[in-house]
Amino acid sequence: MENLDIKRPENIVYRKPALLTDNIMHYCPGCSHGTVHKLIAEVIEEMGIQDQTVGISPVGCSVFAYNYIDIDWQEAAHGRAPALATATKRLCPEKYVFTYQGDGDLASIGTAEIIHACSRGENIVVIFINNGIYGMTGGQMAPTTLLGMKTSTTPYGRDPKLNGFPLKITEMLAALDGTAYITRQSVHTAAAARKAKNAIRKGFEYSAKNIGLSFIEIVSTCNSGWKLSPVEANKWMEEHMFAKYPVGDIKDVLK
Amino acid sequence: MAFKGTIEIDTQKCKGCAVCIENCPAKCIRLSKSVNSKGYRYAELANDGCVGCASCATVCPDSVITVYRVKI
Amino acid sequence: MAEKILMKGNEAIAFSAIRNGVDGYFGYPITPQSEVMETLMKEKPWETTGMVVLQAESELSSINMVYGGASCGKKVMTSSSSPGISLMCEGISYIAGAELPCVIVDVMRGGPGLGTIQPSQSDYFQTVKGGGHGDYHSIVIAPASAQDMYDFVDWGFELAFKYRTPVIVLADGIIGQLMEKVELHPMKPRRTAEEILRDAPWATTGKTPGRDRNVITSLSLDANTQEEFNRKLLAKYKAIEANEVKYAEYLTDDAEYVFVAFGCSSRICEAAVDILREEGIKAGLIRPITLYPFPEKEISRLAGQAKSMMSIELSLGQMVEDVRLAANGQCPVGFYGRQGGNIYTPEEIVEEFKKFNKLS
Repeated sequence: MENLDIKRPENIVYRKPALLTDNIMHYCPGCSHGTVHKLIAEVIEEMGIQDQTVGISPVGCSVFAYNYIDIDWQEAAHGRAPALATATKRLCPEKYVFTYQGDGDLASIGTAEIIHACSRGENIVVIFINNGIYGMTGGQMAPTTLLGMKTSTTPYGRDPKLNGFPLKITEMLAALDGTAYITRQSVHTAAAARKAKNAIRKGFEYSAKNIGLSFIEIVSTCNSGWKLSPVEANKWMEEHMFAKYPVGDIKDVLK
Repeated sequence: MAFKGTIEIDTQKCKGCAVCIENCPAKCIRLSKSVNSKGYRYAELANDGCVGCASCATVCPDSVITVYRVKI
Repeated sequence: MAEKILMKGNEAIAFSAIRNGVDGYFGYPITPQSEVMETLMKEKPWETTGMVVLQAESELSSINMVYGGASCGKKVMTSSSSPGISLMCEGISYIAGAELPCVIVDVMRGGPGLGTIQPSQSDYFQTVKGGGHGDYHSIVIAPASAQDMYDFVDWGFELAFKYRTPVIVLADGIIGQLMEKVELHPMKPRRTAEEILRDAPWATTGKTPGRDRNVITSLSLDANTQEEFNRKLLAKYKAIEANEVKYAEYLTDDAEYVFVAFGCSSRICEAAVDILREEGIKAGLIRPITLYPFPEKEISRLAGQAKSMMSIELSLGQMVEDVRLAANGQCPVGFYGRQGGNIYTPEEIVEEFKKFNKLS
C-alpha cells in the first residue's frame, strides 16, 4: 500500500519541524502539549527567530518543554514564569520572549504574576494550556476544572459550594489595558491546530510591535487525568470544555 | 486537480494515541496489530486512499508522521 | 579627586547600582529600604546607562524577575527588608539551584512576622543558614557604613559572577537610614552583549548555530544526577570558604576579651572596646564582614588567646551559635542582644560585658 515513488524528499509536504529535538516526549499518548510544542516550533522556525527567542517553561507536565524545542529556555518556579519573562524582555528588548504555562501554574499559584504582566503590558507572548486538571501531580482539581468534573481532589465532582467555580481567567485578562491580543484556541483537529498556529504566530508578531501582551489559551485535553482515551478526550472537550471555554478571538487591539 | 499521497511513520516514537486516525478524512490510517519497543500499537497506513492532506501529521502530538504528496 | 557625597545607606545602594554598570533592579516597597527604588526612579538610569528599574507587584515577583534577568547573563539585583526577604526565599533557592549570579540587599527590621520597622539583625539564620529549601548557601556580606553599602554592591556582583551564586548584602535599618559621606568611585560601564557572551556563555542569549541550547533550570528528577549536582555545589561552597572569608579586627592583638559583632553592632562594639581599654581592660573586636563564609579560623584563633568572647547582636542570639562552634570550647562565649528595633549603647554593652565576665 505504500507508494515508494512518492516517498522522495521533494514530495515532502509536512514533517517534524527541525526546531523540535529528537527527544521522545515524556507526555502521555495523545497529550495536547506535544501538538502545541510543535506549533510553537513551527512558528519560530518559519519566522527565523531561533537565535532571538527565549522560552520560559512552567512547573507541571510541561516543565520539560526545554527538552523539546531547540531554543534557549529558563525554567521558572511554579507560577512565576511571567516575572522571568518580564525581566528578560525588558533587559533584552530585541528578543522574542514567551511563557508556556498550564492552568494550575497560570490560573492558580501564578495569578498575581500573570495579571500584573498583562496589566503592565509586557511585550511577551503567553501560551496557556487549559485542560482543567493538574496533570503532573496526578489529576487534582485545577482552577479551570468544570463543575461536576471528577478529579482526585473532587472525587464526587466539583461542587461550587465546596470547591468554588471554574475560573475564566482569559476573559479576565482581556479586560486589562495592557493586553493586545487575547484568543482561545484548540489543537484537537487539523483545522483547529492551523488556527492555533496562526494565533501563536500573531502573538509573536505582536510582541515585536511593542503594543502589549499576547495571550493564547489552548483548550486542551489531559486524557490520563480525565481517564479517557485520547480520541474520547477530544470529544469530551468539544462537548464540555468548549461550552465553558468557547474558542475564538476575545481581543485584538489592531482590529 | 487530484493528489496522491502517502505517509511515513516513525513507528518507534509513535504512542498509538489514534488522534491521527480520527482526523484522517480519507480513513486510511489504522493501528498496527504488533507493538513497538515501548509496547504501543502504532499508526500505519490501512489502504492507498491517502491524498497527502497532512491532517494526521498536523495533529500528531509526537510529530512522528512525514507526509508526501504529488499531483496526479 | 574622588567625589564625596552625603547620603543614606539606602541611597548609596542605588547610586552604586547605577555607577557600577548594573543592568536591572526589580523591587517592591518596604520600610526601611524604600529609598533604594525611590532613588533609582528619581535618577532615571534608563536614560543614562540603560539600566532597567521596575517596581514589581510583590517580592515574589521581584526575585523571579531577578531570576529571569540573571538567566540572561545580566547584572541584576533587588532589595527588600526582612518580611520581603521571607517571600523571596523561594526564588533565592531556585537561583542557587540554577546557579545564577545576583545581588539581594536585605535591610533588616525587627521580626518575626510583620514585626517592627526599626533596625534588627535577626535575619542571620534566614540568610546565612539558608532561608529557602534545599542544600544551598548564599554568600552573605554585612556592611557597616554607607560607604560599605556603596562598595558592597560591586563586590557582591564580583562574587556572584565568580561563583554563579546569589549574594546577599545583609544590612539593617541603621545602615540603610544613616547618612554618611560616601566616596563615589569612577563609573563602570554596563557590560556589552559581546562581554556577556564571553563571560556568561551559559546564559539565555538566544540559541545560535554554534552551540547547544542553554537551559536555566534547577530541576532533575534523577536522584544520582541531583546528588552529583549537590556535590558540585558543595565543591563551590568549599572554594568560597577557602577564598572569600573577610573580616576586620580592632585591637585584638593583645586582647583578653573579644567581642564578635557584624554590621551596625560592630561600630557600637568598637566604642565599647574603647571604653574598656580606657579602663585598662584589654578588649578587642572581630567583625565578620562575610557571614557566609564565616571567619571560623580567625574566631577560633582569638578564642585560643581570649579569656572570653561575647557575641553582640540585635537579635535573641543567632550568630552566637556560629561563634560557639568556632570557639569550640576554648573559652566561654557570652551573648548580649536587643530586640524589636531597640539598639544598645556602648555603655550598655560594657555593663553587660562586665556582668558576664564578673568584672564589676
